[in-house]
Amino acid sequence: MTAVTQATPRSAVRSNRLSGLISQELVLIFAIIALAVVTQISNPRFLTGNNPRDVLNNASYIAIAAIGMSMVIISGNIDISVGSLIGVLVTLSGTIAKASEGSSIPVDVWIVAAYIAPPIFGALIGLFIGTLVAYLRIPAIVVTLGMLSILKGGLIIVTGGAWIYNLPPQFNLAQQRILEVPIPVWVMVIGTILAFIGLRYTSFGRAIYAVGGNREAARLSGINDRRVILLVFVMNGFIVGIMSALFATQFNAIQSTVPPGIELQIITASVVGGVSILGGIGTVFGSTLAAIFVQMIQSSMQFLRISDYWIQAVQGLLILMTVLADLYRRRRTMRRG
Amino acid sequence: MESVTTPASDAGTAAGSRSRLRSILISQEFILLMIILIAVIFISIRNPRFLTANNLLTQAQLMIEVGLMALPMTYIIITGGIDLSVSSIFGLSAIVLGFVWYDLGDQGATFPLELAIPIGLLVGALCGFINGAFIVRLGVPPLIMTLATLALYRGVALGVSQARSARGFPEWFFQIGTGDTFGIPNQLFIFIIAAIIFGIVLARTVFGRWIYAVGNNETGARFSGIPVGRVKLIIYTLSGLMAGLAAWIFTSRISTTRSDMGTGLELDVIAAVVLGGTSIFGGSGSILGTVLGLILIQVLKNGLSLAGMRGDATIVVIGIILILAVLVNSLVDRYVRNR
Repeated sequence: MTAVTQATPRSAVRSNRLSGLISQELVLIFAIIALAVVTQISNPRFLTGNNPRDVLNNASYIAIAAIGMSMVIISGNIDISVGSLIGVLVTLSGTIAKASEGSSIPVDVWIVAAYIAPPIFGALIGLFIGTLVAYLRIPAIVVTLGMLSILKGGLIIVTGGAWIYNLPPQFNLAQQRILEVPIPVWVMVIGTILAFIGLRYTSFGRAIYAVGGNREAARLSGINDRRVILLVFVMNGFIVGIMSALFATQFNAIQSTVPPGIELQIITASVVGGVSILGGIGTVFGSTLAAIFVQMIQSSMQFLRISDYWIQAVQGLLILMTVLADLYRRRRTMRRG
Repeated sequence: MESVTTPASDAGTAAGSRSRLRSILISQEFILLMIILIAVIFISIRNPRFLTANNLLTQAQLMIEVGLMALPMTYIIITGGIDLSVSSIFGLSAIVLGFVWYDLGDQGATFPLELAIPIGLLVGALCGFINGAFIVRLGVPPLIMTLATLALYRGVALGVSQARSARGFPEWFFQIGTGDTFGIPNQLFIFIIAAIIFGIVLARTVFGRWIYAVGNNETGARFSGIPVGRVKLIIYTLSGLMAGLAAWIFTSRISTTRSDMGTGLELDVIAAVVLGGTSIFGGSGSILGTVLGLILIQVLKNGLSLAGMRGDATIVVIGIILILAVLVNSLVDRYVRNR
């Protein structure tokens, strides 16, 4: 810390700009390009045909959910119940769409309801979690660990894990394309930009960083810390709802269970994207790039003909290396001041 | 630092014993014990099958694997850390145990199982050591490190096993998981001994005091000469070793190993520890609380299934109990502090 106080203002500004340039986002962009080049050289079909689009499309679900997760983590909290929430909301969406069968109300009304219901219900669950965390002061990890069990068990009790088949053909939001680009990719890109601007340039966005960086200082400087945390969880639920509406419409059938391990994939995207688990640091650009990177690793492995069974191990190793690169970079910039 | 300094000074006086009584009554352990008693009475009135030795011993058998991993997890959470990778270490140890025995032998003859078991345990300890080394040496936050190794270790297990399963173990191998001594399941002895050792070390030794000190104030602990790095390295290694032990017992109990074994078990382990009153922020907690948390979860699971509810209903109840227990504890805590 002494280096910071001793440095002259000008050099401090310069090294700040430098550390801004060598950000985790840049590390990820470099990693994505390097991976693409290596894979392309050994298998020239990697960057051709539908593959780049498929990689982006597959990454978009995790990336969208990671926008909400990044906000939660930046605020100094965590949500490990999102996987269960996704399972519940996907089933809710599918059930509403399915209810159009034999109904006198036009199908389109049901479909619109099936798209709108998940974000609303997700926001309500977020309101509940946020109230427990912000106002009753139960640690977020405990609340969401409990919610994980409640939502998961509740879903299986109600549905028995059954499949919902023969969904109406109009229930296909995620399969539609605008300008040849799938809707989930649009949502990922636009959502990331909006969230980035919102976090960086609005007073609410700054308040999230402030609360995550030092809650007491934020409170003393007039920020309503409890309301910020409450709203972060509500927004997270809302975003998870949007992701779920897309997730539900990927195929023409839905299995009403919790997708296994998806909450860890979402948290991984945030963390590999440079969002500090201690709160106060990170961007949604980072988490979106990380989601794309992780998806690309999987695709590259297939193109490099690495046995399916080793993909997860290689993925884990690369995630670990990215995290270490972030840590090394952060420490070096800290030492430079 | 409250929990580090013992309240020995006023122990002799009447006021001291009264305040001690009060602190026992509002402790998470006491609240848990009451909930367990109420649950046991309620369930046994409704279903006479519950309070039979046979049922209770079977239930005890079922909670041992999670229990063995919850003991070192209590240490880790008290230091303010977490280990999400235990379930993957559990899976990897089981796979190593199974496939060292299955694959390394020459042409039909299998590798000695007596050696495969310690190799499995060693791999578990090594996985934990790697977690600890990165956390201590490179300063990776425990949540991130173990999140990464959660994927990595499970991936290695999948890669080693190529999604096959090892089975056909010799008869003696099933002793630890399915056998009993004097009518009591063998693994229950292991768990009781382990819980007592973990409990005594935490409550009565210098090492235990160090664990609390690291969780209360890591910088302060370092300045007062506590080898913070070594403490962490030991407990994460211990976590891996116990996951290996749990994997051995589990493999013996269900007589096969698969690479997806124990997926999601880390949440059961953490739930038991947190339910037992260990603060997720570190600095406080006890082995007794963790054991009570384990028992409560198992009693509820068993009671609900005896009442005809499906397994999925029990995880809903556990989720509600987890939130309520911590809520009640924090409300009581605030009430007492305000007075």
